[in-house]
Amino acid sequence: MLVGAGDADLGAARMQMALSLGWHIVLACLGVGMPAITLLAEWRGHRGGDVHYRLLARRWARAMGVLFAVGAVSGTILSFEMGLLWPGLMGVYGQVIGLPFALEGIAFFIEAIFLGIYLYAWDRLSPVAHMLTGIPIVLAGVASAFFVVTANAWMQQPTGFQVSGGRVVAVDPWAAMFNPATPPQTVHMILAAFMVAGFGIASVYAVAMLRGRRDRYHRLGLLLPLTVAAVITPVQIGVGDWAAHFVADNQPVKLAAMEGVFHTQRGVPLHLGGIAVDGEMRYALEIPYGLSLLAHWNPHAEVMGLDRVPFADQPPVNVVHWAFQIMVGLGFALLALSAWLAVAWIRRRDLPRSPWFLRGAAASGVAAVLALEAGWTVTEVGRQPWIVYGVLRTSAAVNPAPGLVWGFVLVTLVYAVLTVATVYVLRRLARDRPVPVAPQDPDVDDERVV
Amino acid sequence: MIMPLAEIMIAVMWAGLTAYVLFAGADFGGGVWDLLAGGSRTGQHRRALIEHSIGPVWEANHVWLIFVIVLMWTGIPGVFAAVASTLYIPLTLAALGIIARGAAFAFRKVSTELWQRRLFGAAFAFSSVATPFFLGTVAGALASGRVPAGIAKGDIVSSWVNPTSAMSGALAVGTAAYLAAAYLTRDAQRAGEDGLAEEFRHRALVCGAVVGLMSAAGLLVLRADAPRLFDALTAGRALPLLVLSIAAGLVSLVLLWRRAYRAVRLTAALAVTGLLWGWGVGQYPHLLPGVTLDEAAATDSVLAATLGSLAVGAVLLLPSLWWLYATFQRGHTEARESRPSR
Ligand code: HDD
Ligand code: HEM
Ligand code: HEM
Repeated sequence: MLVGAGDADLGAARMQMALSLGWHIVLACLGVGMPAITLLAEWRGHRGGDVHYRLLARRWARAMGVLFAVGAVSGTILSFEMGLLWPGLMGVYGQVIGLPFALEGIAFFIEAIFLGIYLYAWDRLSPVAHMLTGIPIVLAGVASAFFVVTANAWMQQPTGFQVSGGRVVAVDPWAAMFNPATPPQTVHMILAAFMVAGFGIASVYAVAMLRGRRDRYHRLGLLLPLTVAAVITPVQIGVGDWAAHFVADNQPVKLAAMEGVFHTQRGVPLHLGGIAVDGEMRYALEIPYGLSLLAHWNPHAEVMGLDRVPFADQPPVNVVHWAFQIMVGLGFALLALSAWLAVAWIRRRDLPRSPWFLRGAAASGVAAVLALEAGWTVTEVGRQPWIVYGVLRTSAAVNPAPGLVWGFVLVTLVYAVLTVATVYVLRRLARDRPVPVAPQDPDVDDERVV
Repeated sequence: MIMPLAEIMIAVMWAGLTAYVLFAGADFGGGVWDLLAGGSRTGQHRRALIEHSIGPVWEANHVWLIFVIVLMWTGIPGVFAAVASTLYIPLTLAALGIIARGAAFAFRKVSTELWQRRLFGAAFAFSSVATPFFLGTVAGALASGRVPAGIAKGDIVSSWVNPTSAMSGALAVGTAAYLAAAYLTRDAQRAGEDGLAEEFRHRALVCGAVVGLMSAAGLLVLRADAPRLFDALTAGRALPLLVLSIAAGLVSLVLLWRRAYRAVRLTAALAVTGLLWGWGVGQYPHLLPGVTLDEAAATDSVLAATLGSLAVGAVLLLPSLWWLYATFQRGHTEARESRPSR
């Protein structure tokens, strides 16, 4: 249960936040990862003179124009919602996390300016100058992901302020931004963005190849983004391990929920699968000493269980546990796909021949997005019932005004329509027909990409 | 205290708001005229001009809103919480309008079939009217002191359903439409579309007159509904700004009449700026009833870090913006010259 025991408005507010964030994050990942991959293609096309790379770069740039617009408006909703839904958080702590958001604003401006130049000035700048205009987009995208995730990391490990009489005093905004959770979370998130973009683009071309379009254009469209994602995947798993150790040391209640540990003890087994019923993990595959070993590098280490905190302070175990299993499971599945590609490439300088490889690649984009959403579910639901860990409860932060449920209904409807429209428009864009090179610019529709 | 950080912060925020109203406001107004452009065939030219002139800029213009919101929760967090919680209904509606508008606009541009363009166009145009209206009601709620301090302490309906809010909502739509019409005359002229320039000149004149009358009526509403602000505007320190606004508004009408489209851009913007800063100055130092800026402001460490970062950011941003415009001013003529050869 996501909603927990609170009243209907609190539940609605949480669902609304989860929906809008979960939606925005997918576009944000593409906004962070796609410019780099597009630039890579453009550079290869320039260096090697292979026209297919250049065509791919143009096509991806066109999609980026639409994605950026939708990402921008969905992000705007979020900044409204921070206040509409969580005034108890923002009214007191808004100033503590304001700095990274202000820095993010600068990054957005840079991104918007250079995206404008990159998309519109393709034929007006020399190839090298054009590629150089892409670099600020990449940097600003990564920077904005970094800044916003520091704000989330602060909610996990709040530092840099003192509270006195209901007001924060002695705020050190830099200490709040560089809180202990910032390094593992930001690195893990930025790598996730590149995985989502890499596997996501690759899966479009894998589907096309499964339908028989195996020309060089489609092969390269698969190979380049897939290679990027495949190189990052093993690193990401290492960083995930870092994140898990961090949680084990600093948010033991979250770890207990992730692993379904109800009783504090030594030599705790690792639970694979299973359902939590009445304070017990049932039907799980147990690996003896597994968790003690993984979390603390010692088979006899003590792991804190949920019995150490009152029931009112426990996050919902099944959601967190399953979300964690899904993320890790998908992470290893993507690692297997990456390894397959690596082996075939080292042996024969070619893609694996099996159609199962293409099927796997076709599914990899969805898998990466699911891993991303699952990871955020672990982080955010595992933090419950706190909105600022150990400092402020979610129920104390929510807007007490009546009728939030209706807002949630309305927002859900709008997002449903928006999803359908976005997918529809992107699918149209992917077809082979002349479309504007710069999507905002209707008068360049005679510059076709074929 | 060495530097009045809170005052600097609120001035920077108000400057951001002004930029948002002038730039994004005109983009919204473009949507209003898109709505009124006529049938698919007859309105085609007008819509193309509107699309062309707001296409490259609306995203950058839109960032000003985010800038204002973020500065608000960083600089005056308690006020942000009070406003957002009491006024969550109009703010939710405005937020949905923003999303519908931006997405529909981007989608319409890449659509080719008529039914799609109509559908996305309708969503874009409709939300271009609704969004400034709801944002205007929020301004009215603040100006008439209907948002008390504290979380959700105001009435969630009457705080924004009242004479001042209705007036400022309508004024927001009217101002957006007026700014857009005034700017579009020049765009049309530069594109060599003299017929369209005449049309928009006509619209701007009518719209400007209507907005002027609305503002006059608005003052009467303020007198009855928000006497403090009314006094500051008509007899207090905000009076010069009100005079500036009225004068610039009248000059704009004359300039439009005489087809001085370039100069109109400046005076129309001045008229709107005068109104906004008149409101700000008239209300200062009170942000909410009984809450002054100094009571509401964040701690100095936060203000210093944020303002310092923004200053450094501006050093990066200004040359980038300059390069953006320079690239396209140059590129524009080249693209035009090469066009007939295709
Ligand atoms: C492509 C996406 C992806 C993949 C393959 C993985 N993760 Fe992940 N994970 C994320 C995407 C993600 C994320 C969505 O980006 C999260 C949410 C918050 C964050 O900082 O990263 C996250 C959070 C997250 C957390 C919670 C951090 C916190 O609450 O502070 C842990 C413990 C892990 N991950 C561990 C792992 C492990 C051990 C993986 C090994 C397979 C793994 N992740 C693969
Ligand atoms: C980095 C910026 C982020 C910030 C500042 C942030 C902030 C918040 C806030 C304020 C809430 C509501 C209070 C609560 O329920 O604890 C929340 C809930 C939630 N967020 Fe995040 N979030 C961020 C990223 C994300 C992302 C990218 C996702 C993607 C899926 C996500 C998933 C969720 C979920 C599922 C909840 C609901 C938790 C529950 O109700 O149990 N968050 N987040
Ligand atoms: C509470 C959480 C969040 C808020 C309030 C927020 C806010 C925003 C806003 C206002 C925009 C629009 C900027 C524009 O007009 O260009 C935006 C876009 C963006 N956001 Fe978020 N965001 C949140 C979470 C995230 C997260 C978790 C990421 C992590 C990667 C992220 C990355 C981005 C990026 C890259 C863009 C640029 C749009 C694009 O390229 O598609 N945001 N966000």
